[in-house]
Amino acid sequence: MEKENGDITNNNSTGLIVDEQEDRSIRKKIQDLWRLLWRDKSGLLGLTIFLILVFAAIFAPMLSPHDPLQQNLIMSRQPPIWAEGGTTEHILGTDNLGRDIFSRIIYGTRVSIMVGFLGVSMAFSLGMMIGLVAGYKGGTVDNVIMTLTNMVLSLPYLVFVVFIAAILGNSLLNVILIFGFTDIPIFVRVTRGEVLRLREEGYIEAAMSIGQKTPVIIFKHIMPNLLGPLITLATFEMSAMIFYEAGLGFLGLSVPPTVPSWGNMLAEGRQYLTIYPWMSIYPGLAIVLTGFGMNLFGDWLRDVMDPRMRLMKK
Amino acid sequence: MKPILAVEKLNTRFETFAGSVYAVNDINFELFPGEILAVVGESGSGKSVTMLSLLGLLPGSSSRVSGRAQFSTAGIDVDLLSLSKSELNRYRGNHISLIFQDALRSLNPVTTVGEQISESLITHLGYNKKKARRHALELLELVGISQPDKRYSSYPHMFSGGMRQRAMIAIAISCKPEILIADEPTTALDVTIQSQILELARRLQRELGMAVIWITHDLGVVAGLADRVLVMYGGTAVEIAPVDELYENPRHPYTEGLLGAIPSIANKGIKRLVSIDGSPPDLFQAPRHCQFVWRCPYAFEPCWQNIPQNYEINKGHYSKCFYDLQNNRPRTEV
Amino acid sequence: MALLLGVLFMVFILLHITGDPVSLMVSRHASPAEIEALREELGFNRPLMVQFADFLTDAVQGDFGRSFRYRQPAMGLVLERIPATIELASAALLMAILMGVTIGILGGSNPNTILDSLARGLGLLGQTIPTFWLGLILIIIFSLHLGWFPTYGRNTFVLFGMHLPDKSIILPAFALSLFTTGQLARFTRSAVLEVMNEEYVTTARSKGLGKMRIYSRYILKNSAIPLISIIGVQFSYLLSGSIYIETIFSWPGLGNLLAEAVSTRDFFLVQATAFFTSLVVIGLHLVTDLIYMLVDPRIRYR
Ligand SMILES: Nc1ncnc2c1ncn2[C@@H]1O[C@H](COP(=O)(O)OP(=O)(O)O)[C@@H](O)[C@H]1O
Ligand SMILES: [Mg+2]
Repeated sequence: MEKENGDITNNNSTGLIVDEQEDRSIRKKIQDLWRLLWRDKSGLLGLTIFLILVFAAIFAPMLSPHDPLQQNLIMSRQPPIWAEGGTTEHILGTDNLGRDIFSRIIYGTRVSIMVGFLGVSMAFSLGMMIGLVAGYKGGTVDNVIMTLTNMVLSLPYLVFVVFIAAILGNSLLNVILIFGFTDIPIFVRVTRGEVLRLREEGYIEAAMSIGQKTPVIIFKHIMPNLLGPLITLATFEMSAMIFYEAGLGFLGLSVPPTVPSWGNMLAEGRQYLTIYPWMSIYPGLAIVLTGFGMNLFGDWLRDVMDPRMRLMKK
Repeated sequence: MKPILAVEKLNTRFETFAGSVYAVNDINFELFPGEILAVVGESGSGKSVTMLSLLGLLPGSSSRVSGRAQFSTAGIDVDLLSLSKSELNRYRGNHISLIFQDALRSLNPVTTVGEQISESLITHLGYNKKKARRHALELLELVGISQPDKRYSSYPHMFSGGMRQRAMIAIAISCKPEILIADEPTTALDVTIQSQILELARRLQRELGMAVIWITHDLGVVAGLADRVLVMYGGTAVEIAPVDELYENPRHPYTEGLLGAIPSIANKGIKRLVSIDGSPPDLFQAPRHCQFVWRCPYAFEPCWQNIPQNYEINKGHYSKCFYDLQNNRPRTEV
Repeated sequence: MALLLGVLFMVFILLHITGDPVSLMVSRHASPAEIEALREELGFNRPLMVQFADFLTDAVQGDFGRSFRYRQPAMGLVLERIPATIELASAALLMAILMGVTIGILGGSNPNTILDSLARGLGLLGQTIPTFWLGLILIIIFSLHLGWFPTYGRNTFVLFGMHLPDKSIILPAFALSLFTTGQLARFTRSAVLEVMNEEYVTTARSKGLGKMRIYSRYILKNSAIPLISIIGVQFSYLLSGSIYIETIFSWPGLGNLLAEAVSTRDFFLVQATAFFTSLVVIGLHLVTDLIYMLVDPRIRYR
């Protein structure tokens, strides 16, 4: 206990740490976050990469030099610009049908971001609701929900997803729904855990004892405490979803093969691996970059959102 | 008599992100063979850090320790602070042992209590497993754990709080150390268990003839236990005296405050002793004057200017204060 | 057991609720009449509960239907493929433990050094490089350019009557293992860091024990306990991940079978593969729990 005292003082004296006090305005909090972000360059790098992806997804038509769908058999199988025979016309080369790989990668961010964002939003909102019910109600409701949750979580996720995707068939909506649904349990588990923790700390009982109504308790007392852990989780889950989407695409189970997506590109590339390796290399690099950025950002968020970690940080 | 441990100018500093923490400042004290020295002071006054510094147990990367700690006993005369880690290992647990406040957290949860006793014997005395086990069983018996055979192969979590502390003591005394340092060993225990452990410590101290440093913030315990008392405040040793003299004639305002706060027999149950106003000093500054000055009722000008020297009041009684409490006026030297 | 029944039920429900299994089986050009006929033939038009009871009785007897493509009982096909997958996943796990745990220990015990950065970097690397892409890249580099390994397949040699895989297992196992290596490095690192700050480690040092002993009996033994459950979870990741790797390297295991069954719309085979993979994974969770109980004395006696 004595040791912590020292640390708390030391943080306050640097003036950089957000207090737990309620009376801080939102603006102040954002400012503090921004300062923390500026200090930790890896978090900033992660966020930058993520924003670039979102930007690419939104402005894909303006950013890509070619129509991603346009085939051009004369220009097909061009290696990237730095390889022998490469042209400035197609900086990352072209595929077996002469489509520009760079443009396809840019359009591919659309599928990835869409699946990641919508899938996580769905899992986030549904998972949080179910988790709140489980944690708040307790008893049988909680038991049933958690048994189901644990059951799903104990299945091999990829097999499970492949299985459903195979049944539902290829479409963007299906993919989003699959991830949105199958990712619910993890959000349920985290939400419920947090609610139980708050309960243990006497928060909820205290609010109840002064006669506050359930919605007030949930929105004013529980939700604000949930956001930190859930947003952190969402970052990691989004990165995972982008991976899984590409993986499904690789197996031919994601969006229809005509849509340019990173996974589909890899699936096509794989067939020409021995002769046109660049068809596989660059879409994969895009996935790596995405994962890298989101993980850096997620790690940073986790450190900042966890009050214990925050106190330990420099 | 030659002290078994002579600590001179001990300074310990921690480098943290927010700056240096001056946890121990210029501490001097001596420990004589076979005596019990109590170290008292409120939480955060640097009691634990002092002891950990002596044995090189602070995190190496962030702590800076300087000074001397001369350990001398039959055939040994070394400065503990000048030793390398591997040289220190010959003394730690062998000649000087430590027990901590929280026995549950101090014992390895995944090995048996017996093994944790035996390993000291094997390491320091070169026993083989069988001999170590036999001896460990005797030790368990010695510290008052019944059914040692069964307890030997139990894990720490299976013990009660009192038994765990007994086991810690068994580990500490396993190699018949010359010095036992006990860092608030009873603070986490129930009152009845506390007195049992105190009783045990006293008995073992007599039987083994160890010198004991007993850290506590319970002055009530000290009277019946210690020979001498060292009072710490804000990382400094403010007063040191034989126990009776300290009680009758405290010469540092902080000690006086502490004693004023001892529960008398009448209100024995009350545990919170310290009722001196104010809060402990900020250790982020190297001390430039008396550390107690903010809370001291007698403070006057020089107290804000210099660090008081260690005035000898009587033989063996020192106090770091510019104010002469007995005559109720500033010291003439000041 | 209840869990098992639950999983059976889930596989079944998923199959029937999320879509019409018949649509998976027929070609896209089948007429509605043809679909209806098939539905009738396979009994998919009966009430769900009846179908489930039927499915259950058959499953208990080891009857998971027949594969359309192989014209054989699905279960036999699946069982045949299990060893190759277990073999690949085990090899990957072994690699991951050797590399990940070692680097994690080194990093955790030397915080803020190069080793520590290495451990953290490896963790990040494992999380950012997708298995399926890594497989492709490894083939490009080590098979096509350097020619050290075959591009695909499981080649064997015979030792004491067993057909053991030769170096052809190295690339797929490595590609499969990277994620787990990273996770283990990351996790071991933080476990070791945490344990190093425990009070009992200070006690151990105060006892004058040697560095080796402090590491083996105190730090590593305590860090190992949380690692066990992580390793269990990782093994199931490896089993799932084999869908990609076995497809890329044509490794004759479950994952390959599943991918193939999916693309050939071999309904009963998909169902049986998914079910058995789940079964193996759940068995694994149970084994992990068991090991956990054996290793952690605090649980054993509770
Ligand atoms: N590892 C450390 N890093 C920084 N400060 C420390 C560390 N350990 C102890 N301190 C500080 O040193 C001071 C003395 O602590 P301690 O010796 O534990 O007090 P006591 O044992 O008297 O209660 C406290 O202010 C504490 O915050
Ligand atoms: Mg202490």
